[in-house]
Amino acid sequence: MSGGLVLTVSILYLGLLFAIAQFVDHRADKGRPFTRNPYVYTLSIAVFCTSWTFYGSVGLAATRGFDFLPIYLGPTLVFVLWSVIWIKIIRICKLHRITSIADFIASRYGKRARLGGLVTIITVVGTTPYISLQLKSIATSFRILISSADGQLLHAASDPIYFIDTTLIVALTLALFAILFGTRHIDASEHHEGLVAAIAFESVVKMVAFLTVGFFVTYGLYGGFTDLFAKAAENGLDTLFAVNADGDYSRWMTMTILSMAAIICLPRQFYITAVENPEESYLRKATWLFPLYLLVINIFVLPIALAGRIAFDGVTADADMFMLTLPLINDQEMLALIAFVGGLSAATSMVIVAAIALSTMICNDLIMPLLLRARWFNINKNDDLTGLLLTIRRISILVILFLGYVYYLFASESYSLVTIGLVSFAAAAQFAPAIIIGIFWKGASYHGAMTGLALGFLIWIYTLLLPSFAQSGWLPLSFIAEGPFGIDFLKPYALFGLEGFDRLTHALFWSMLFNIGALWLVSLLSQQTAIERIQGTLFVDVFGHTDDERDSRYWRGSATVSDLQQLVGRFVGGQRAAKAFAEFAEERNLNLKRNQSADAALLDFAEKLLAGAIGSATARVMVGTVVKGEIVGLDEVYRILDETSQVIEYSHRLEQKSAELEQATAQLRNANERLKELDSLKDHFLSMVSHELRTPLTSLRAFGEILVDNPEVSREERERFLNVIVKESSRLTRLIDQLLDLARMEAGEMDWSLDEVDVRSTLQEAMAALDGLVQENGVAVQVDIPDHLPCVRADRDQLMQVIINLVSNAIKFCDKSEGRIEVSVNVADSELQISVADNGRGIPDDMEERVFEKFHQSTGRGGDKPQGSGLGLAICREIVTFFGGRIWVSNKTEGGALFTFTLPHAGLAEISLSAE
Amino acid sequence: MTPTVLVVEDEPNIVLSLQFILKQAGFTVRVARDGEQALRAIDDYVPDLVLLDIMLPRQNGFSVCEQIRVNPACRNVKIIMLSAKSREADKERALALGADEFVTKPFSTRELGRMVREIISPVKPARSVNPN
Repeated sequence: MSGGLVLTVSILYLGLLFAIAQFVDHRADKGRPFTRNPYVYTLSIAVFCTSWTFYGSVGLAATRGFDFLPIYLGPTLVFVLWSVIWIKIIRICKLHRITSIADFIASRYGKRARLGGLVTIITVVGTTPYISLQLKSIATSFRILISSADGQLLHAASDPIYFIDTTLIVALTLALFAILFGTRHIDASEHHEGLVAAIAFESVVKMVAFLTVGFFVTYGLYGGFTDLFAKAAENGLDTLFAVNADGDYSRWMTMTILSMAAIICLPRQFYITAVENPEESYLRKATWLFPLYLLVINIFVLPIALAGRIAFDGVTADADMFMLTLPLINDQEMLALIAFVGGLSAATSMVIVAAIALSTMICNDLIMPLLLRARWFNINKNDDLTGLLLTIRRISILVILFLGYVYYLFASESYSLVTIGLVSFAAAAQFAPAIIIGIFWKGASYHGAMTGLALGFLIWIYTLLLPSFAQSGWLPLSFIAEGPFGIDFLKPYALFGLEGFDRLTHALFWSMLFNIGALWLVSLLSQQTAIERIQGTLFVDVFGHTDDERDSRYWRGSATVSDLQQLVGRFVGGQRAAKAFAEFAEERNLNLKRNQSADAALLDFAEKLLAGAIGSATARVMVGTVVKGEIVGLDEVYRILDETSQVIEYSHRLEQKSAELEQATAQLRNANERLKELDSLKDHFLSMVSHELRTPLTSLRAFGEILVDNPEVSREERERFLNVIVKESSRLTRLIDQLLDLARMEAGEMDWSLDEVDVRSTLQEAMAALDGLVQENGVAVQVDIPDHLPCVRADRDQLMQVIINLVSNAIKFCDKSEGRIEVSVNVADSELQISVADNGRGIPDDMEERVFEKFHQSTGRGGDKPQGSGLGLAICREIVTFFGGRIWVSNKTEGGALFTFTLPHAGLAEISLSAE
Repeated sequence: MTPTVLVVEDEPNIVLSLQFILKQAGFTVRVARDGEQALRAIDDYVPDLVLLDIMLPRQNGFSVCEQIRVNPACRNVKIIMLSAKSREADKERALALGADEFVTKPFSTRELGRMVREIISPVKPARSVNPN
């Protein structure tokens, strides 16, 4: 095929890419671009499939069968089962305006430039072979295509072509593309719509090309899958697609884990999935669309590999190039050209995205921090630095591609595509612990991450990179076979005596052991700074406080609005800064004055604006140059937290205290009420005693005087008057007795004659004494006493007094002739319950306790004058209490009062004794 | 026409003694057992004098006294309050409410009789116009 044709097609293809990117960017500038949807997003993630997939998978399958699969299994697992990790990362990136994986890690561990720098260096070292791999595939495929003719492959592959190396031209073209479409915005966290659209387009091209070749091989050369596999089996190739019992599972495992880490940690994947993600929700579609893409693009890998093996049986042929050579030997030049374009698309997409991602990292995390340190670079000059930033990035892109090209020239010839790819994967995998542990464990510290990364990287160099140099002849081969200086223990493929694993598993094991181990141990042992702690919390709890302003709390000093705006303007452009500040003010209804002191929210806003352009670590340093005052220390963060908890504790205690006080006040108030009540009760008592004594005395005196003054009154009248005198005299005596009893009881000076008392006979005697009163009032009395009652220890006369008082009270409050009184005795375990129930008006609810107070007099029947002295129940209570019982009153549900008192008894055993 | 005395008292024996003394002195005696009965009795027939106990069921003597004093029909009704409570405060209150006299129980029947006669005369020859 003519080189001119291939070159023309290549240039046309690249031109098409330029056109697409240009068109979409043009549209994006005018408004919402039509490429902003989950499908384009998913296709852009398919940048994962590089020329390694396009050519290398077939090569690997041709020799090792299904071994190519784990590389796609890992990403599938991550997207299908663990998409939450992506959601978390995307959320964090958007919130903090993260621009790259280096920025992400640096930001998580306290915005430290050193960490970002280390990540950048690892990335550059790890990615350069990968880029060279793409360049190599382009160059190789180009050579094979133009050196074929009429179904014959010419073996002049290493001849210099034309006057200049095509690979270099390709590299330069790609650099130009990346510069034009990847460095359009100064804010690296902004989206590059055109770039993403072009990458998505490339994903379509490479898939269509792969499927076309696959279809041709499977259905053109053979009669479908069955036929192809049957033919392969005839050629003894069935070992490639049979599942062997002695399969190398450790390698499968390693590759799966490696590719799981790679889909997250490869700088270009991180960039395209997280930084360029337009909307978080798009990821939901990608979780199944992306694995589907991987499945489709891999369907024909094994058939093409098998067909290649059959076709080139006995001939030395590069299995990595079956995609091209199969069509060529079948004289399908058009098809070969399509395959070439597919491979070209796979390679270019990777190179472009990787170069852009890397250039941002190199600029923001490597060059800028160094520039800020350099004395000769006076950062305090108020220059506009946007031009400088863009220049650094553009030069970085050129340097990256140049490095890739150099590596391709010197090293890549000795390795297959897959081997280079895996070495690159292993380098990227070193970021996984710092990222994944960092977003789930707040305790992961800067020193931990730094040590882990450094150790992992060193082991990666020692076990994978140096041996590859040895194989390229830059180091003596004895380095691999005998170890450095003949030290067996340090052989790079059997470090510390660990043998029996393949090289990749071996390298991954040691690097991850040291990486994770150091991250964990050093984090536990080292003290976090305030910013680390704040950032750790913000990253881990990103779903918790999305628009919180807590993140800005570590700026303690202040800066004026104009200082801040000027600073931001230098890096993102004066107009853009002014616009952003105006939007900020408008959003919050603020009127920002130039000399006004910026609050924490504005400081945070400015820092994030800067972070989008120059990365979080540099942004923090730059804001620090204008903020007068310093960053809070860890002890201050703790103090703030501590104070808060103390205040909470204190207010809690206050609340408790005031509740206690309220309670005490209420108690005091009650006590006071009670005292007042007692006082008025005493007053009342005296006045009642006076009244109760004077009333009978009045009658006595009146009738006495009447009889003295009127000796002539009739005999009947005289008798009547004398009777009154007698009655009132005894009433007076009774009253005085009661008063004295009560006083003695209350003073504890009562003369009790305690004895074993038979309750039954006492009750009966009391009822007999009441007989006259009962008859007089015509009430029905029912007495219910069990035959056998235990004895109680009591004063018999006083017990009788209680019963008489209760029953006569009951009679007093019953209606005449309709009254019914029930007296009953119940025996409980340790006490007797004696009840007197009536069918009178009952006791008002609030009076149940007061009826037992002295001189409490309930109005009698029909609201008449209270009958009696008001001392009866008070005396009953004194007596019952003295006997060790209780007395209370309740209302019967059917109406009427129920007085009950208890008397403790010694038990039934004593009945029989007393009965005998 | 003999003056009428309304005795308001809930102790039956005291009522009995007062009835005897007042009848002997030539007054017509009416009796009420509690405050409400007393007010009804006054509505029915305006007495010349009310002997009013303080500790009464339903409405106490103070309240009854107050109402008699606001009743225009009772402008000329005299009131003597009786109390078994010897508190000075009660006496002051009674006089303030418009009682003419305050008597503490137990009282002397002779003194009470004299007091009643002084306040109202059973026969008022000085003021009466002899129709003959």
